[in-house]
Amino acid sequence: MGVTRFTEEHEYVSAENGVGTVGITEYAQEQLGDIVFVELPSVGAKFHKGDEVAVVESVKAASEIYAPVGGTVTEINEALNGDPGLVNSDPTGSGWLFRITLDDAGELDTLMDGDAYAAHIA
Amino acid sequence: MRYLPHSDADRAEMLGVIGVDTVQDLFRAVPESALDHPPIDLPDHQAEFAVEAHMRALAGANRAAGDGPFFIGAGAYRHHVPASVDHLIQRSEWLTAYTPYQPEVSQGTLQMLFEFQTQVANLTGMDVANASMYDGSTATAEAVLMARRLTRRQRVVLSGGLHPQYRDVVRTYAGTGDDELVCLPSSPEGQRDIISELDETTAAIVVQTPDFYGHLRDVKSLADAAHEKGALLIVVVTEILSLGLLEAPGALGADIVVGEGQSLGNALSFGGPYVGLMATRSNFVRQMPGRLCGETVDAEGRRGFVLTLSTREQHIRREKATSNICTNSGLCALAFSIHLGLLGEAGLKRLARLNHARAIALADALARVPGIEVLNQTFFNEMTVRLGKPASAVVDALAARGILAGLPVSRLEPDRPELDRLLVLAATELTTDADIAALAKALQEVLA
Repeated sequence: MGVTRFTEEHEYVSAENGVGTVGITEYAQEQLGDIVFVELPSVGAKFHKGDEVAVVESVKAASEIYAPVGGTVTEINEALNGDPGLVNSDPTGSGWLFRITLDDAGELDTLMDGDAYAAHIA
Repeated sequence: MRYLPHSDADRAEMLGVIGVDTVQDLFRAVPESALDHPPIDLPDHQAEFAVEAHMRALAGANRAAGDGPFFIGAGAYRHHVPASVDHLIQRSEWLTAYTPYQPEVSQGTLQMLFEFQTQVANLTGMDVANASMYDGSTATAEAVLMARRLTRRQRVVLSGGLHPQYRDVVRTYAGTGDDELVCLPSSPEGQRDIISELDETTAAIVVQTPDFYGHLRDVKSLADAAHEKGALLIVVVTEILSLGLLEAPGALGADIVVGEGQSLGNALSFGGPYVGLMATRSNFVRQMPGRLCGETVDAEGRRGFVLTLSTREQHIRREKATSNICTNSGLCALAFSIHLGLLGEAGLKRLARLNHARAIALADALARVPGIEVLNQTFFNEMTVRLGKPASAVVDALAARGILAGLPVSRLEPDRPELDRLLVLAATELTTDADIAALAKALQEVLA
């Protein structure tokens, strides 16, 4: 069973078998409003924890998405090109952004768990 | 009548609140050396009519482009602008704030920008164009920055056929280091050298066509070579009228097309203000700088226009904006659009063909003058010749005879003695047979 961790910038990463699925939280999508465009990284691109990886653009603002962990992008959610609204309707399900290898699983421990994140946004 | 709102008493009161004695005291933090500028030597005040007479005498010392045979181009072209253009740009529909953030009161300006973008996209063969930039050189620099963002690579190579002033603006704007901005030496030859400069770290190559020396460049092969290395091709067009005859760069594989739009609707005006053009593919639009106008419908379903994709711009995106310039050359763009609208597609093609025909007549006449070699195998309305004597001295001698013969390359490239016999000349629809005959005769005498 995988674990899900959260960043202060409202990204989540769900880790399973050495790969993390990254997206933005329910709270973040609510704050951003209607999302009209998502700029995703290239598959194969390498990032360090904290690097700017993607951009989520809503009718109000464009927000950078930072890598919650360092690794190599293995997959991107192509469905968002046609339907960026998936990030609003199902941010933690079909509205995921990209998958990245967990080069240092220890980095997960530096992130918040569900309870800590709930307290962070309270 | 005085126009200053503050009386001496007001000033004394304000200084008292701040706690200083004089306005000068406010500037004490500025080092004295920085304040040490020479006094401006202006005569005492004079009556308005006396100032007018003085200015008229100064203007009389100019030799204006329309005063006689004129062959200067090199990025600024003397074309006929119909009087109707100047009349139409003054209509009240356009007199809305230059920043049309409030679409309900700016439909005239917004619709104009939308039409302008459509014209530029059609001319360049691209999917989308912005609402204009300052001028061709700054648009080129913005295209370089855009290509770096798109490719996440830094290295950019500028062709030796790029206008030297455009090169200098790009260097000022985007020249972060020698390895990252490669400027091939300005030259009328070696047109294909830039392909050998391409590698896997190159973000883009920048090629002007017709280039500074007038040659047409093979856009298709440059695009193919760039794309093979994952780089982009930026095409620069300084004479936008050429696209009335030449195939659109977008149809040949260009990724970003930038240009100078002065030729349509805008006078020479001592070099500005001009109107920069920028167009690109739709999948690159989020990295395109500048203002963008879009068509939409209002609450009642009626057609209307708004600024769109504003999340690229600095009032929303702050330091992450695609550019710190989010303005445009609204009035010059309006004149461009109205002139192009009056010409129509057929009129634009006819005007372009006429320019090319005048340039052929010029090239033929120059080729017959002993001591002149025409370097161009191809050209639109501009060409380079090699003279038997230094070009700047020849130009001075012809100016004394009332003929403005063109631009000596040494004016822009003073440190390149191998270029000092080169002269760049342009012909337009305003160039008459008599102008060309006078030029040829004077050149023959001066070069003899």
